[in-house]
Amino acid sequence: MNFDLSEEQKTILELVEEVSEKEIAPAADQVAEKGEFPQKNVEKLASLDLFGITIPQEYGGLGMNYLTWTLVAERISRACATTGLIFGANLLCTFPLLNFGSEAQKKKYLPPLARGEALGAFALTEPEAGSDAGNVQTTARKEKGGYVLDGNKIFITNGEVADIYIIIANLDKKRGARGLAAFIVEKGTEGFSFGQHFKKMGLEALPNVELIFNNCWIPEENLLGKEKRGFRIAMQTFAAGRIGVGIGALGIAEAAFQKARDYAKERIQFGRPISSFQAVQHILAEMATRIEAARYLLYKAAWLLDQGQNFEKYASMGKLYASEAAMWVTTKAVQVLGGYGYMKDYPVERYMREAKLFEIIEGTSEIQRNIIANIILRE
Amino acid sequence: MHIVVCIKQVPDTEELPKVKIDPKDNTIVREEVKNIINPFDENAIEEALRIKEKKSASVTAISMGPPQAEEALRRALAMGVDEAILISDPVFAGSDTWATSYVLSRAIKKLEHFDLILAGKQAIDGDTAQVGPGIAEWLGIPQLTYVRKLEVKDGSIVAERALEDYFEVIETRLPALVTVTKEINEPRYPSLRGLLLAKKKEIPIWNNDYLKLPVDKVGLDGSPTRVIKVFIPELPSKGEIIEGDLNQKAERVIEELKKRNLLRWLR
Amino acid sequence: MAKIKIILDKCTGCGKCVSSCPFSLISIEEDKAKIAVGCTFCGACVEVCPFEAIELEKKVRQVDLSEYKGVWIFAEQREGNFMPVTFELLGVGRKLADELGDELSAVVLGFNIKDKVEFLQKYPVNKIYVVDDPLLKTYRTNFYARALFDLVTNYKPQILLMGATTLGRDLAPRVATRLGTGLTADCTAFEIDGETKNLVQIRPAFGGNVMASIVTPYHRPQMATVRPKVMPRISPGTSSKGEIIEFVPDLAGEDELVKVIGQIREESDVQDLQEAEIIVSGGRGLGKAENFKLIRRLAELLGGAVGASRAVVDAGWIPSYHQVGQTGKTVQPKLYIACGISGAIQHQVGMRNSETIIAINKDPEAPIFNIATYGIVEDLHKFLPVLIKKLEDVSAKKEE
Repeated sequence: MNFDLSEEQKTILELVEEVSEKEIAPAADQVAEKGEFPQKNVEKLASLDLFGITIPQEYGGLGMNYLTWTLVAERISRACATTGLIFGANLLCTFPLLNFGSEAQKKKYLPPLARGEALGAFALTEPEAGSDAGNVQTTARKEKGGYVLDGNKIFITNGEVADIYIIIANLDKKRGARGLAAFIVEKGTEGFSFGQHFKKMGLEALPNVELIFNNCWIPEENLLGKEKRGFRIAMQTFAAGRIGVGIGALGIAEAAFQKARDYAKERIQFGRPISSFQAVQHILAEMATRIEAARYLLYKAAWLLDQGQNFEKYASMGKLYASEAAMWVTTKAVQVLGGYGYMKDYPVERYMREAKLFEIIEGTSEIQRNIIANIILRE
Repeated sequence: MHIVVCIKQVPDTEELPKVKIDPKDNTIVREEVKNIINPFDENAIEEALRIKEKKSASVTAISMGPPQAEEALRRALAMGVDEAILISDPVFAGSDTWATSYVLSRAIKKLEHFDLILAGKQAIDGDTAQVGPGIAEWLGIPQLTYVRKLEVKDGSIVAERALEDYFEVIETRLPALVTVTKEINEPRYPSLRGLLLAKKKEIPIWNNDYLKLPVDKVGLDGSPTRVIKVFIPELPSKGEIIEGDLNQKAERVIEELKKRNLLRWLR
Repeated sequence: MAKIKIILDKCTGCGKCVSSCPFSLISIEEDKAKIAVGCTFCGACVEVCPFEAIELEKKVRQVDLSEYKGVWIFAEQREGNFMPVTFELLGVGRKLADELGDELSAVVLGFNIKDKVEFLQKYPVNKIYVVDDPLLKTYRTNFYARALFDLVTNYKPQILLMGATTLGRDLAPRVATRLGTGLTADCTAFEIDGETKNLVQIRPAFGGNVMASIVTPYHRPQMATVRPKVMPRISPGTSSKGEIIEFVPDLAGEDELVKVIGQIREESDVQDLQEAEIIVSGGRGLGKAENFKLIRRLAELLGGAVGASRAVVDAGWIPSYHQVGQTGKTVQPKLYIACGISGAIQHQVGMRNSETIIAINKDPEAPIFNIATYGIVEDLHKFLPVLIKKLEDVSAKKEE
């Protein structure tokens, strides 16, 4: 098997790294401190055509594969986890559109998403529906040539900044998860408003917003896929999203590891750099190993997705492993930096706070283990 | 409208001081310095692209240099210029600014038609700012240097030139040559689409078989100036780091200023 | 064509040449040095090779340049006032003329300047060439170039020096190209070669990381622009009561394609940075544009001018004419206070000859501390208010 990057991928990644190093990384501390949506970063990514990587050329994208997208997302996350998640959350909108949308829907919504003119978001999570994804309480009922949505969603990434939302609502509560359907709702639709902006442990600039649907009517063309197929659409989308979240965690882990390694080489204690002490060396070695393991699980998941093969097992493994590795690596990075690691002068404490979310979103680590067990017991 | 942008590939001199001392044996470890498009030339490319977007112009980037200068031209293509030409021949090596401006002007003449030539105000390796005006002289066209704002009208341009402590508003008919400062714009990054298209585009190389320039006017032989020596300058020596708390440091500063009679203009 | 080659028998692969090449073109392959394409034949490697294993061949030409006589300096004037660099040019010009046993002349172009020219007679100039024409009232390239070109072809000086001002850097290359002669930009020193009597022109290159010595061996006049505020100014002293020679070039034939249609002054009352005795400069450490008020206040108190590093000019915090450095202005004040400036070579080049340098930076590793007379390792946001307050107290006491 060939582990090399193609020439095309190398060219693309060179540019992404240049922009990440020169523009996105230097701004990352400020973005986190101010807690303001990184509009400039998003515009930069859009100007580079990055939002269109996986969107076919006929819809205004570049028609490239998910592996390339993953490699790009990794570098963005390394520079700024917030920007990486905004970028990744977009995929949760483009993926279901591409795989379940009608020709008309694809023609309408994909081009502005590809250009980065419109951001996307996916909304399933509710106060009563977290890991229990089937327990969605937001209702949809057929009315006047369309559907009326009622209910609310919480913690939605890219909420309010996004223009295009994929909403999971229940058409038939009696059937539980089998009654779910997916809908496309545009910002500004009457009856669709925004509520709380959640204050978080980290990733302060990442928009996580409450969506409120109050007698919100949408035309029937906005049903995504078939009625009652909503659960399946959500599960498939989450599987792809897991690669994005996993790669986001990997980016943070890489950034933390680099800081720890560079610090260890320069920090002199007891007359020598602390990188010369075995205790520190072992920590760094463990960090590097976990990062590489996470990396190839995730790359393989993306590759399988590109091949049209079953990728869910690797996606879950990759997300599970990368997020837990990121938590471990960032915690140890703070340890390696010692007192300075705890201070806000250095970014490692931020990385640690950021990493925690990745063990929870897109399916908690516990859910991932359930999924993996289900799959391997059936193989 | 046809715009020609003259660009140069230079080592990233901002990065040059990245020399470290290897602690094992006190030798100098010099990191490999990247080659980049001269930053002021990036501003020139960006300006050309903005004019192209506003007025529908075509933009050609040209560069005189060794074969690897092709990377700089490819980046210009990725940013959005329409054509790129590399002027390269071993016989051009060692050219000073006179010979360089001669070669570039002859190459530009070979292009059927041009309305505006843009270039950066100076190259960050040579820092002479001489090639732009040299090209304008060879082509017999007006030159506007140190331009921080440019407006293209019908057959003429209006520019703001940066002088020592104010700006001059100046107008001239086209064709003309303009050298630009960093203030004029913020250069764009290439888009992915641009990068991938640029990879496939052919960059013709014009050597002296094609340009047919007399060899006594190019290269080292054609250069009136010669570099006879290159050396590291002697730098002033380190002074004193003042110790103490904020108040003590401030008081020491004032003491030293008094000693040197530098407080006589105190208002 | 020049040729350079490694004498393989003598080369030991020691690698000293590798770091000497300003273009990073030398590598060691299989224990021998190898020079890549792009060599400009500068000879830096030849000098450092301990085994004389590098051979550089340059053809020597025979040219008769004896009819070129006279050391000329361009006395730049704007609105009737001579630019300060003129007096630095007179200083170095007189030295060179004396060393060559030649005459020093000044060239003045302008309109209604004949009476201003007499001011130059206070200085040891032998001749003053004047071109007085309405078309020369405001600087425009083609009229000034024509006038200077005609003067030079008529009188054939061997050296022509100009200030590296915005005018000088615009005019000199135009004229040098037309004359087909060599021009070296931004010189910081000159020497006369003992053997050839050529003018050796010394200037920084590669962003100030190295110095280069350059000659124009076979063409005349040897032209150079001189960085303002580097060379010492001449004092009036012994006047030679220079002969004023009026010259009338044929300017009518030049096209009036370029028109100056206005001026924009963004700040009222800008102190000339290059004339200031005291400069207080701000850099990226300021954090944001508003914090320049600290710099302005300190400058105001001390009666100094405001300078800036390239980073803050690029960020748009202050107009570019405040910029000190390789691509900005060179200054040589009695006192230079650098606040929040790291002091990369490109900045140092513009201010390192200041008499006293005080650097304030919270990073003890900042390169500025390598050249500062006094270093203050403090956050400028904490230190400057303290310094300003104390100076205000001293100033108040003065009033009493």
